[in-house]
Amino acid sequence: MTFWVLLAVNSITFGGLLFLLSAGFSLIFGLMRIPNLTHGSLFMLGAYVGATLIVSVLNTSIDFWLAAILSALIVAIFGALIERLLLRRLPGEPLAQVLVTLGISFMVADFCLMVWGGDPISVATPSSLVGFVRYGVAVFPLYRLAIIGIAAVVALALWLLLERTRLGAMIRAGVDDPDMARVVGIRVSQIFTIVFGLGAALAGFAGIIGGPILSVYPGLDQDMLPLALVVVILGGTGSLLGSFVGSLIVGFLYNFGQALLPELAYFILFLPMLLVLVLRPQGLFGRQLP
Amino acid sequence: MTRNVVGRVVLVAVFLALVTLPLWLTQIYYVNVASQILFYAIFAFGVNLLLGYAGLVSLGHAGLFGIASYATAYLLAAGWGHPLSIIAAIIIGLFSTAVFAALSLRTTGIGFIMITLALGEIIWGLAYRWISVTNGDNGINVHSRPMPFGFSLTSPEAFYYVTFVVFVICTILVTIFVRSPFGAALRGTRDQPRRMTALGYHVWMIRFWACMLSGLLTCIAGILFVYYNQFISPQTLALTSSAEVVLMVISGGPATLLGPFVGSALVVIVKSVVSGYIARWNFLLGAIFVAIVILMPEGLVPGTVRLWKLGWRKTKSRRRASVLETGGPKA
Amino acid sequence: MSHKITRRKVLAGTAAGAALATFKFPAPAVAQKAPFKLGLLTVKTGPLAEGGIQMEQGVITFLKEKNYMMGGRKVDFVSADTGGNPAGAKTKVQELVERDKVDVVLGPLASFELYAISDYIIQHKMPTLSLAAAQDLTQRKPNPYLLRASATSSQAMQPMGHYAATEMKLKRVVTVVEDFAFGYEQMGGFQAAFEKDGGCVTKKLWPPIVTPDYTPYLAQISDCDGVCQGFAGSNPLRFMKQYHSFGLKFPVCTGETGGDDALLKSFGDDAIGLVSACPYTLDLENDANKRFVNGMMKNYNTVPGFYAAGLYVNCQVVDAGLKALGGDASNKEKFLATMKGLSIKDTPRGPIKFDHLGNVVGNIFIRKLGKEGAKYGLKLWNKTVKTYENVSQFWVWPEKEYLAEPVYTRSYPPLKKC
Repeated sequence: MTFWVLLAVNSITFGGLLFLLSAGFSLIFGLMRIPNLTHGSLFMLGAYVGATLIVSVLNTSIDFWLAAILSALIVAIFGALIERLLLRRLPGEPLAQVLVTLGISFMVADFCLMVWGGDPISVATPSSLVGFVRYGVAVFPLYRLAIIGIAAVVALALWLLLERTRLGAMIRAGVDDPDMARVVGIRVSQIFTIVFGLGAALAGFAGIIGGPILSVYPGLDQDMLPLALVVVILGGTGSLLGSFVGSLIVGFLYNFGQALLPELAYFILFLPMLLVLVLRPQGLFGRQLP
Repeated sequence: MTRNVVGRVVLVAVFLALVTLPLWLTQIYYVNVASQILFYAIFAFGVNLLLGYAGLVSLGHAGLFGIASYATAYLLAAGWGHPLSIIAAIIIGLFSTAVFAALSLRTTGIGFIMITLALGEIIWGLAYRWISVTNGDNGINVHSRPMPFGFSLTSPEAFYYVTFVVFVICTILVTIFVRSPFGAALRGTRDQPRRMTALGYHVWMIRFWACMLSGLLTCIAGILFVYYNQFISPQTLALTSSAEVVLMVISGGPATLLGPFVGSALVVIVKSVVSGYIARWNFLLGAIFVAIVILMPEGLVPGTVRLWKLGWRKTKSRRRASVLETGGPKA
Repeated sequence: MSHKITRRKVLAGTAAGAALATFKFPAPAVAQKAPFKLGLLTVKTGPLAEGGIQMEQGVITFLKEKNYMMGGRKVDFVSADTGGNPAGAKTKVQELVERDKVDVVLGPLASFELYAISDYIIQHKMPTLSLAAAQDLTQRKPNPYLLRASATSSQAMQPMGHYAATEMKLKRVVTVVEDFAFGYEQMGGFQAAFEKDGGCVTKKLWPPIVTPDYTPYLAQISDCDGVCQGFAGSNPLRFMKQYHSFGLKFPVCTGETGGDDALLKSFGDDAIGLVSACPYTLDLENDANKRFVNGMMKNYNTVPGFYAAGLYVNCQVVDAGLKALGGDASNKEKFLATMKGLSIKDTPRGPIKFDHLGNVVGNIFIRKLGKEGAKYGLKLWNKTVKTYENVSQFWVWPEKEYLAEPVYTRSYPPLKKC
């Protein structure tokens, strides 16, 4: 019994982390029609920057949450620059976009090795969230439960942004029909930069929020990118609800799959992804893939 | 199509350079690097058929590549001779390609990328976990190379020449295919799938056969790879390998004949030669890709042709038509 | 002129070394003039770079200490980055052997890289001193050109099994390790030794090599009094963190990668109490280790771990072998045989020698992670609690008996009812 409760709760917490990882990915995917292959790198960069800020800047260590926001900002600027300087030149050229995003991910991975070396960095859990909650015999780490809250807040904020603001309306218009949006006077190119920056900020934020669980190490980018892909495929692209539900599905698949079908652990995420794609190519909740 | 002398000269020069390569590359090591460039180029030809001519980006081809490699290594270890193992590996590889195509051709665009990615990851996982066949991550060693007509391939030069012959055959095969009506139909499915259907073409079937040919080239490359390295283990099947060959094609110039070769040369040289001098070669490779996208987003070969023609026009102000481009996608 | 200087240096080096008796003048003039070429296969890019960078640091620390001289010859050091994949390893070993004409190869890092180049080093008769732990290359399918001064996958885990059963008094242990050959061999060794001394492995968990969240496995740890983990790279850090965060309190033991000293600066307090078995320990107080650690601190401002130490010891082996031959490594067979016959007292891991298969016989240290005794600005420290001396790859079993068993796999040794 304890085992099941523990797995179920952890499925939700891991799903929360995956939502933070994939929300930005899905947003960019939906609007710009490209799978942003730098997303894993942005996640890793956020984690490294955040971890460095927490450890020390001029011998004064920065609070975890402030560091998370700062690193999200730094990564957002980096993401916006990628869009402005590179992707901007390549509308409607998916192959060149693949080349440039993968090229950047090579550079970021090597840059991180250059700056932070190969040793993994441990990110300390914020002191207010150390410890665990006991429920009967089952134990839930406080920090993981907090991630559910953080994911919920981010989801709500994104939903408000997309559904209740002028900017959100413009983004939605861009997702639905970029040409028509242009016709009605929306500066789609500016929206692109904002969305890319926002997506990058979410990736960087997720990186540091994931830090106390995952730690930061070379190769983190390659470990996370496929997870974001799986979430978006299962949930569908360009829909917030899709990535939310997709994250939860992947959370449950990951936890129960690994525990119950250890023989299939190596492809526990890719088998369902394959099935969904073969049977329902648009994903469970998304529109037709471009 | 007007005759393009420059294009022909370049092709002949490349051919002659490759034929005489072991003579002027005195270091055996570089001959080995050249062999790698050639079989990766064959692999890139295979990926280019789908990526360039059919507009289908596969991120799972390292899986097919690996299946052919594993089949060869496994059958050799099981005591089959070289010819039988090679033939069986191609059959197994083609059969896998058929399954691969049947599943992934349900979609195009991003959907195709994702299905192939999932398939590639599943094959990679199998290579790790189907230990009775693959020997897990310890991999399988291939202790000898074949001896066609009693001609030993142990030496790097001999292996290079065999790889070169196979490379030339594959190049001719691809050229014929691309220039055939079938090749034109394939480009049609890339640019105007609906119109092609309306015209009575069976778009799915055209794509399927393109996949099969792509799979054949991939398997040939995989077999050369396993004989070259005399070893296969799951790392060869990883997503990064699939991505690498896609990058070769895009950076060289999709839907061109020379592009995949140039891309393969670029990646292999940076990985194996430049990395000996520059510790941060991975960064450099990424930077080169970004630079290519900025300077010539259509790829190195078409980009060079464009710049060349630009320069040519300026000096001679004469019109030139392209030959190296065999119908690349128009931006 | 330069000839003379070289000779003087050789003499000085020899006087300090232990190989004086076998040293003969004059060594061939050609060998004396040309620099000795030392090649290293390592990984400096990609996910395996962590260990690979440390390997290079170990070599350079040795070379700087010796002023780039080995056995009286100037050393030309060539470092090659395989990128952590078998095809890269093959290309790079060709680069070292065929282009750079190295006299000896150090490395590679990973078992699959070593398997990839195993046939090649036999063909080229290239003495190779690897860190890769692939058991069978010094056991059932021995490679005569291979010397391993570090340890096989289970060489440290076997004493760990003994220690867990006899001193930690564990009865029932759950093992958890990555689902690949290094993991199978580590846990096979642990299980065999642990069960021989009365323990019992109740469950074996195998997370895939990429497992961001270990919770599905942590949730299965129950009905036991101890845990044995064998993670490598950055995974031990994540595992210990997550283990602790779920309030699990069973004592944890591990091998050389799971409790590596190089991870001390990364580990958090959640790793306190971790018992590890390792062929090297930062804690060892002998001259060689002092020189080595000080060198690492001076050159890189970091403490060494098992990877750096392994390569430092490899360099010592090469150096001593070269000295014994008067700097002449032209006869590879002789060079190899000389190195294999060495017995070196003063290494950072204590005295070592090789068995007839080319694998090391040396100390295995059992350490407990805590705060006590921490040096070099570290907050945590692996304190040595027991030293097993002269541990061979066969542990307490006779070689024949050991080799008659199959190599350890996912399902061998099988779980027993207990």
